[in-house]
Amino acid sequence: MSAPIIEIRDVSKTYDASDAARPALADFSLEVAAGEALAVLGPSGSGKSTLLNLIAGLDRPDRGVVRIAGTPVHELGEAALAGYRRERIGMVFQFFNLLDDLTVEDNVLIPAQLAGTGRVEARERANELLTRLGIARFARAYPGTLSGGQRQRVAVARALMNNPPLLLADEPTGALDSESAAEVRELLGALVAEGRTLVLVTHDTGLAAQCATRIIELVDGRLARDVRNTPLAVAR
Amino acid sequence: MSRKGNNPLGRIVRAGVSRKRVQTLVMTLTTMTAVTASVLASGLLVDSQGPYQRAFAAEHGAHLSVDVSGTAVDAGQLAATAHVAGVTGTAGPYPTLTLHPRVAPGNRFMPAGDPMEATTVVGRPIDGPLDDLHVTEGHWLTGPGQIVLPDGHSPMAIGDRMVVPDAPGHPVLTVVGLAASVTGTADGWVAPQEIPALTPPGTVPDEQMLYRFAHADSQAEVAADRAAVAAVLPAGATLGSTSYLDAEQEADRNSATFVPFLVAFGALGLFMSLLVIGVVVSGAVTAGRRRIGILKAIGFSPAQVVRAYLGQALIPATTGAVLGVVLGNLLSIPVMGIADKALRSVTLGIPFWLDLAVPLVTLAAVTGAALVPARRAGGLRTVEALAVGRTEQAGRFGRSAHSRASRLPLPRWATLGLALPFGRPARSAITMAAVLLGTVGVTFGVGLALSLNQVAQGLSHDRPGAVQVLPFPPLGSGVKARLVNAADLDAAGSAIAAQPGTAGSVEITTARTAVAGKPGQTQVIGYRGDSGWASMQIVSGRWFAAPGEAVAPKAFLSAYDVHVGDTVTLSENGRSAPVKLVGEVLSVDNELLTDAGSLTPLALPLVPDSVTFAIELKPGTDPDAYISSLTHALAPYGLSAIPSGGNINITVLAMDSLATILTLMLVTVAGLGVLNTVLLDTRERVHDLGVLKSLGLKPRQTVGMVLASVSVTGLVAGAVGVPIGILLQRTVLPAMAGAAGTEVPGADLDVFHAPLLLALLAGGLVLATLGALAPATWAARARTATALRTE
Repeated sequence: MSAPIIEIRDVSKTYDASDAARPALADFSLEVAAGEALAVLGPSGSGKSTLLNLIAGLDRPDRGVVRIAGTPVHELGEAALAGYRRERIGMVFQFFNLLDDLTVEDNVLIPAQLAGTGRVEARERANELLTRLGIARFARAYPGTLSGGQRQRVAVARALMNNPPLLLADEPTGALDSESAAEVRELLGALVAEGRTLVLVTHDTGLAAQCATRIIELVDGRLARDVRNTPLAVAR
Repeated sequence: MSRKGNNPLGRIVRAGVSRKRVQTLVMTLTTMTAVTASVLASGLLVDSQGPYQRAFAAEHGAHLSVDVSGTAVDAGQLAATAHVAGVTGTAGPYPTLTLHPRVAPGNRFMPAGDPMEATTVVGRPIDGPLDDLHVTEGHWLTGPGQIVLPDGHSPMAIGDRMVVPDAPGHPVLTVVGLAASVTGTADGWVAPQEIPALTPPGTVPDEQMLYRFAHADSQAEVAADRAAVAAVLPAGATLGSTSYLDAEQEADRNSATFVPFLVAFGALGLFMSLLVIGVVVSGAVTAGRRRIGILKAIGFSPAQVVRAYLGQALIPATTGAVLGVVLGNLLSIPVMGIADKALRSVTLGIPFWLDLAVPLVTLAAVTGAALVPARRAGGLRTVEALAVGRTEQAGRFGRSAHSRASRLPLPRWATLGLALPFGRPARSAITMAAVLLGTVGVTFGVGLALSLNQVAQGLSHDRPGAVQVLPFPPLGSGVKARLVNAADLDAAGSAIAAQPGTAGSVEITTARTAVAGKPGQTQVIGYRGDSGWASMQIVSGRWFAAPGEAVAPKAFLSAYDVHVGDTVTLSENGRSAPVKLVGEVLSVDNELLTDAGSLTPLALPLVPDSVTFAIELKPGTDPDAYISSLTHALAPYGLSAIPSGGNINITVLAMDSLATILTLMLVTVAGLGVLNTVLLDTRERVHDLGVLKSLGLKPRQTVGMVLASVSVTGLVAGAVGVPIGILLQRTVLPAMAGAAGTEVPGADLDVFHAPLLLALLAGGLVLATLGALAPATWAARARTATALRTE
């Protein structure tokens, strides 16, 4: 097995400061190897999104270690976290989180522009991704004019823009109709098949079964199940 | 259950006020600043309407003060004047002396031994039937060796001392208090029993009588009253008199100069406050749409929603208004204190009705400004309000701006920020208006202060040069005081010219003469020698260059209805001297300035006390050594040299301090306006900010993006606001000068030099940046995970 790209050790996180508060994550540990596609399942409030936020450096643990690709994320300051997010991860959200004022192309370009990538190089990369994801014809359109599936493709393109070693997806099909959800499942499956490391938080067991090489289930902030899976998309 | 618990509307309002802390704070501070400025400005505006007349009534002012020779009349004759027809009240007789004091050692600002101007002291109690004295600082006389001076009209402060060299034993008087006399009856007051000790040997104190008449509304009526009093006294007993009309005229002129700039500042402040209050309430409605939807969904009627939002505006506004009244009254103490002196008033203060009216009017304005957005809130469709998403969609304009900005060769965070204002054109316009008004205020305030100071400097040209020679012998020189004569002056002129370090000197004498065809007399200042270097500031034309030419200020030109280029004929005892007016000079006095040679045909007698020399020194000359040496050289002629002290113009000082306070307040309100709009904008965009941060936008870049979003607004507001401010300065200042009876030279209006202009242009940007800094920092610190959850 290759070295873990995600190393989480003894992490606890509680949102309410009171003693009686239930932790979102309690003494949680996890390792994910590079190239794995991890699906995180669990009921609402089980700590799935907290786990994703900690990996993304959007939130900090109360205690414990979060090390991503060797970077101690839990120790980083805000500026360093910004750099970490820019270079090491790509995120896909349930509600797309596209900037409605910008065109599809401009949305996709932002991570590269923030990273200081040259204009021509960034544009070439954006065009390549848009073409690959089948949305090149919408490059000049605004997100508000696209379907949910198309918007999520734009979000995936943006997440891949800086070619991060880790892709995080938070309920990527949660806001989509069944047809669009199928599109996204297929897209994520293809990315996994390429060997990209993916952490996928979802309620959608079908999506997990289709895309993940490993499935874990959280209950009350603790690991309740950890199983290997042969993704349908890859098996097919 | 308590009533509090049964009132959901009250709870909603209280929750809205306490939950939206920044909004509540901005509202409170804006209202407080607006009320403070309004209380101050309107207080002074009200007080400047006839301040003298009100003070005159309150302090039982005297219409006429008459000095009578102590040797020519007795007490019975003076008492008889109370029965002259038309006399309704008298005070006195009070013994009076004209002293020529010197500065005693230990004074803070004036060198020991310097001669002071002739000082008329009156021995009298603090109150009397007429002309109540009002102690403004220190205390009234409590023992021997004390003097009280008129506040705002004396160079000395409490604790300073003066020597009276003419009196036996050279007694010393200590200033123990400053007092105001609405009639201006003396240059100092001492205890009546102090007078004998101050009286030079061989002389008798004169007597001062104060009168009030049934009819004294005009100069003619006062002149008739004066004549009636003089008629019952022995011929030649009346030495001089002072009419209250002179003091009234000075006070009215000073108060009139305040009005134009108070109106300008007041209009700016009112407009700005309404704008900011409107935008704060409007922003509260916009930001609270979802909350409004929830309120309506749970059963609030539209009217209740309107009341809730009005309440949310009025609670902080009322707090701000109360604080503003308190602060305005506190600030009025120092500001009005200076204004009191300028307006010769003793009764200024914020009238009580203004303390009620200003906050009420402000709260009415707040209600008006809040009503529109509150009604909008009440009228919102519930489903629409509940469905409001995280960020309102930008229009075509905003999208196009983003597209264009992205092509700029700037970092992406900067171009994203630059495009933001175009997404909310209306709100950006309001931010711009706030910054613009702030920039106008600063430009106007700075221009006003600079111009006023230049005008004050110009007005001080009546004491030109670095050194002044006065017609009194130096203290301790052993030279007895005597009246200087023409021969002394010739010799002194030669001694001054021969003194090493003299660059130029001119002898200046004052005389009174008639202008042919006009009633009364006018003051004429004669310059002997090269006066070009000592010229007063020219408004139009030029300084006189030869005998037969003269210059005059606006007051003279208006009084005699003449213009530059006209010739006026001075006449005295059947002799006449025509002089051609070649220029208008900057002065508020009614006088004519000419070469002394112009007056030769009139054969006017020399007035020894009025003669001075003004001396300009060569560069590098040590003034102290020069003065010491010259004083020694001039002592035999009964003259002494002193440094030419600049006079503090109390009116300019009052205006400067008021303009500074009002400008600061305008800037504060503008800054609060920017803070509020940018904060609203940032809050609305917090989700987008979360997205950008999740993509790697650093905290510093977040601050930069928010600041970039106001940079264009600030620059444009600066570019537009500065010219408007200059225009305002160029409109208001001449109006103020007109009220003061003079004109402003063009040079005094041209105070905006390139570096200052650049600074003011950048001021809009600085103001906008300062206002946006707090929201920008907040945006940078906002937790990304929280921001992303914001719906």
